[in-house]
Amino acid sequence: MTAPAATRRPRARALTAEAGPLGLRVPVRTALTCAALLLAGFAAFLASVVMGTYAVPLNDVLGALFGYGDGAADLVVHTLRLPRALTAMLAGIAFGLAGAVYQAVTRNPLASPDLIGISAGAGAGAVATILFGGVTAAGAGTFGAVPYGALGGALLTAAVIYAFAFRGGTITGYRFVLVGIAAAGALAALTRWMLARADIDQAARAMVWLTGSLNGRSWSHVEWIGYALLILLPLTLALARAYQLLQFDDATALSLGMRLHRARIVLLIAATCLAAVATSVAGPVAFVALGAPQIARRLAGTAGVPLVTSGLMGAVLLLAADLAGRLVLAPTELPVGIVTGAVGAPYLLYLLARSNRAGRGG
Amino acid sequence: MRKSGLPYLVDVSDTPAAAQAPPAPAPPPPARRGAARSVALTVLVLALVVAVFASLAVGSKSVALGDVFAALGGSREGDAVVVRDLRVPRTVLGLLVGLALGAAGAVAQDITRNPLGDPGLIGVSAGAAFAVAAGIGLFSLTHSYQYIWFAFLGGALAGLLAYTVGGTGYGGATPAKLALAGAAVTLFLGSFTSALVLLDVNTLDQYRSWAVGSLAGRNADLGPQLAPFVIAGLILALALSGRLNALALGDDLATTLGARVRTTRALGAVAVIVLTGAAVAAAGPVTFVGLVIPHLVRAFTGPDARWLIPCSALGGGVLLLAADVIGRVVARPGELEAGVVTAVIGAPFLAVMVKRGKLREHTR
Repeated sequence: MTAPAATRRPRARALTAEAGPLGLRVPVRTALTCAALLLAGFAAFLASVVMGTYAVPLNDVLGALFGYGDGAADLVVHTLRLPRALTAMLAGIAFGLAGAVYQAVTRNPLASPDLIGISAGAGAGAVATILFGGVTAAGAGTFGAVPYGALGGALLTAAVIYAFAFRGGTITGYRFVLVGIAAAGALAALTRWMLARADIDQAARAMVWLTGSLNGRSWSHVEWIGYALLILLPLTLALARAYQLLQFDDATALSLGMRLHRARIVLLIAATCLAAVATSVAGPVAFVALGAPQIARRLAGTAGVPLVTSGLMGAVLLLAADLAGRLVLAPTELPVGIVTGAVGAPYLLYLLARSNRAGRGG
Repeated sequence: MRKSGLPYLVDVSDTPAAAQAPPAPAPPPPARRGAARSVALTVLVLALVVAVFASLAVGSKSVALGDVFAALGGSREGDAVVVRDLRVPRTVLGLLVGLALGAAGAVAQDITRNPLGDPGLIGVSAGAAFAVAAGIGLFSLTHSYQYIWFAFLGGALAGLLAYTVGGTGYGGATPAKLALAGAAVTLFLGSFTSALVLLDVNTLDQYRSWAVGSLAGRNADLGPQLAPFVIAGLILALALSGRLNALALGDDLATTLGARVRTTRALGAVAVIVLTGAAVAAAGPVTFVGLVIPHLVRAFTGPDARWLIPCSALGGGVLLLAADVIGRVVARPGELEAGVVTAVIGAPFLAVMVKRGKLREHTR
């Protein structure tokens, strides 16, 4: 990082666009990665609608989409596959963005809703709802009040974490992480305790939810997460510049004219809401929030965690994992939470092992 | 070398006055910290003694302290049987697990240079959990003494895998790579554990009682069997403590100063794997102890690993034994598992310490 090295190195090629006060500069490799991910996501989305135990020809899919389809295909596409694929896509975006913001703000590659207690809070809320709320539906798809229990658990946990981590007008990454892991540990122990005492059938049902599943997601789920993203997505993207600066150390960010305290809190709250909403519709799906930003960073070759790329990566990961979970052991379906870890983690391990050049290691 | 703030006028280092002056420009460890360390160590030792006796005396049947001493002296009358046959093995086991987790947590946070570095982080707990689930689901094990060695082996293999992946490529096992590889291995194995548990209700039924983390109902000879591993791990951790301090400077500076960064980190990982493997095998995933205790202890000892590691070990013993005793008392005649109690006590404590600003980001 010395000055001579900086002058010797050719400037990274970038696409720039300026409109009034707004300036946007995107490195070419990041743009290409985003384009590739968009294509992959689109392909995975189409495949999720077309493939399954009952294959719907692409023509019928288009028919169902544009309203000239007939009976069976129309039913499968409209009531089963389309809402499920949309839920996967939106939840994936939310998990990816939430993970990226957590990792950037705390400057810790391990920070993610999984480890900071948001998922644990959602899990405890959901399991409590299943055990004490008398959720007796046999099907794994009909969870009744469980999403509300999960959302409540996640937001309550987040509120407690903020209350304890807030000091001197702001929340530093270190305090947030520490209080977060404390909350995660306590809530995970509470969940295991409830599971160990529960009736075994209820425990089994709770385990399915705790793994994360997209089985039987309906249009109400899509609406729910769709409206939430309509608010949270613009809010997060509007703070993209603050997000970039927060990845430097505090002194640099301040000297670049950042209102550090406020930006950090708003970003963390937005990320928490993203994670909570995504968890409430899909369950605490493992790995996406932690892995997507790290994979995105290595694909795009950026120094920090890229925001938009992470969101797209999350969507691709969740769509592909859900598709794999439906096809691999068909007709048995694997919950998506099993597949994300089983597929995504080895890929991240491969990227880690392959990164053998200086500066790419961390 | 100019040691004064005076610019260039006089090279003060050659003057007799400067030669006689105390050589320490670096702030010496303040006397207060030295005192705080000694006090912390003394308090922890005393607390551990109290916790041990409480663990021997308190339970669904309380035993008078006199009878406890009698039992330890060899008596086999009345309550002494309870103490000798049930409470002593359980206390020994709790002590070993607590010491192991506390020390492992401190080492794990040093080698990953990450406050999230809990001993479960380099994949050990997930490996043990997967091995237990596989032992129950695929090999039809039914008793806890059967899957203890499964757990140990699984934990060790998973830890090795994480370390190997984190250690390939440029720079070896850098903290961030090690932590990420550990998290990835944890999530990878967690997927398979969930699959095993979801596909078979009987597996879930047995697995969930192991996963909650408890010291109850373990075989009497388990403590002596695991003791060699824990003791070896503790000795390794303590022997490494001075070298771990060098790692805190950052890999580049440590290398410049002649520290063998890779060897130290590899040996640290071995200590963590052995200690955590033994602890998780014995008591299930009670990893919260290893996560919280080093943070709390660091507030009193500072980041010096030579103090942090022994104090964390003692603190781990105190927390686990205290949690076990409290678990026996609060839910009479039933018991609350130690794994639940440690988290329920530890989490608010840590949160309050953070809120009061007692815990600051350490310099690493």
